[in-house]
Amino acid sequence: MNSIDKNRQRVFHLMLLLPVVILFIFSYLPIFGIVIAFQDYQPGLGFFKSDWVGFENFRTLALLPDFMPALRNTLVIAVFKIIGNLVFPVAFALMLNELRVKWFKKTVQTITYLPYFLSWVVLGGILLDFLSQGNTSSDAGLMNTALLNLGLIDAPISFLGDKHVFPGTVIISDVWKHFGYNTIVYLAALTNINPSLYEASSIDGAGRWKQTWSVTLPGITPIIILMTVLSIGSILNAGFEQIFVLYSPSVYETGDIIDTLVYRLGLVDSQFSLSAAVGVFKSVVSGILILVSFKLADKYAGYRVF
Amino acid sequence: MLAKNVSASRKVFIICNAVLILLITLACLIPIVNLLARSFSSSQAIIENRVTLWPVGFNLDAYEYVMDSSEFWTAALVTVKRVLIGVPINMLLTILAAYPLSKSDGVFRARKYYSFYFVFLMVFNGGLIPTYIVVSQLGLIDSIWSLILPVAVPIFNVILIMNFFRGLPEELEESAMLDGASQWTIMWRIFLPLSKPSIATVSLFSLIMHWNAWFDGLIYSNFTTNYPLQSYLQTLVVDVQASLISGDLDSIAAAMNVNDINLKAAQIFISIIPLFAIYPFMQKYFTEGLTVGSVKG
Repeated sequence: MNSIDKNRQRVFHLMLLLPVVILFIFSYLPIFGIVIAFQDYQPGLGFFKSDWVGFENFRTLALLPDFMPALRNTLVIAVFKIIGNLVFPVAFALMLNELRVKWFKKTVQTITYLPYFLSWVVLGGILLDFLSQGNTSSDAGLMNTALLNLGLIDAPISFLGDKHVFPGTVIISDVWKHFGYNTIVYLAALTNINPSLYEASSIDGAGRWKQTWSVTLPGITPIIILMTVLSIGSILNAGFEQIFVLYSPSVYETGDIIDTLVYRLGLVDSQFSLSAAVGVFKSVVSGILILVSFKLADKYAGYRVF
Repeated sequence: MLAKNVSASRKVFIICNAVLILLITLACLIPIVNLLARSFSSSQAIIENRVTLWPVGFNLDAYEYVMDSSEFWTAALVTVKRVLIGVPINMLLTILAAYPLSKSDGVFRARKYYSFYFVFLMVFNGGLIPTYIVVSQLGLIDSIWSLILPVAVPIFNVILIMNFFRGLPEELEESAMLDGASQWTIMWRIFLPLSKPSIATVSLFSLIMHWNAWFDGLIYSNFTTNYPLQSYLQTLVVDVQASLISGDLDSIAAAMNVNDINLKAAQIFISIIPLFAIYPFMQKYFTEGLTVGSVKG
């Protein structure tokens, strides 16, 4: 038996070998690579010969005029996205749950989770034209044309070029992309609620609204708590791909986020060390938040990640 | 559950609810229909801003123009290549990791060290610049492998499959072991055939990830000929100044019903046709896969 067990352990190690090696090279080496945040990294010299500068890059960072606005924008956009991506799918799942016509429900779901499967490049290509302000009000995109015809606005809105409007556009279009897909989880939870609870409450004289409030919502509260807790970890993720496709210099003031700043500093301006320092800041704060969220998910929802 | 004698207020609610759902659904559809209408419209109608949800001056010229565009097809070929190599690699490594990790700590004694190794990467990452430096130091810039290896082990997928394996009855494995089957045989002949729905879900996740990825193509390629389709489209979408129609083709384009707008719309639409083709499968498996693994990363 012992030799069989030994052999079995060896097979397990062998299976994991390839995944572990690949993760080491492409995920762990970059983690060690954050040492360049403490160096004056020169690509020609590499990790070993570049000069060590201690916390110099972090001092520069704190003085960088773009950093605090980017941090603030990241938090604002991410927090509103988290709220929107929670409230709207729950509401939509409750609405769908009231539908009794099967084919209608199915068709609605099929269409609403379509945007989830399209990349931000495709959606960006669609939205840049759809939301376009146009040069004159006669060549505005469909959104502005519709709003003008309905008499809701007097002049086309610059959804993507006005720094006061841009964060709203980003938040709403993100909820638009994700809500259909996010609804799946809540809808599954809703179908798992014990039907006898509804019967019992209706015998007790509870109306539909009362039932929604005292049976349906409590029934999906655990999954709502779980999703909320797990989203804490993404509080510094405002959505790089989306903003990278949609933003322009005229909205940097309210639309530039940490990830787009890292990209411009590092890969456009080639300030590798400074950019890595911003990355380290984000990685450490995010990491702590993710750990907290895992702990909370375990404590309040009994959910273990691994 | 719905009683026969429905009250008037209930009826009003049902109708309002259905109308609201319909409006929300249309909001998801209209921008995409608008794109489709533009791709089939004449350039004159587009310039005059007459296209809404139905093609005006219907024609296929933009599509014909794209058919002859070597840039578009070069990029499409890179995408097909990364899907054909990347998805099988994703699946192989996901299963190889998920199987041993699905065992209990008692059966696989080193499991907790490995799971720490994987979970750590869900919490921390090196970030854009150090990853870029590693990929470029390995000489992978402009190689298809730069689009495949950095995303070769999707940890979220490993967790999905691992959870599914854990749900399978232990007796299956015990009886196979008594028959002298090795762990390889048990994984390959017993666990995999029983896990078809979740394997299908994860394959679709991986397929969509590879099909839609564009940022890696953008940063890991020095030459635009190495761009996958989505990176190529990104340059069209973001770089509004550059005309899609190159100099000597101008006259041909003018003679045809082609301009930047319907050309862009046609290319975007062609790029999402394969996703529509697999959409029925996605619907079938995603709900299943999602409810098994429960939570998105």
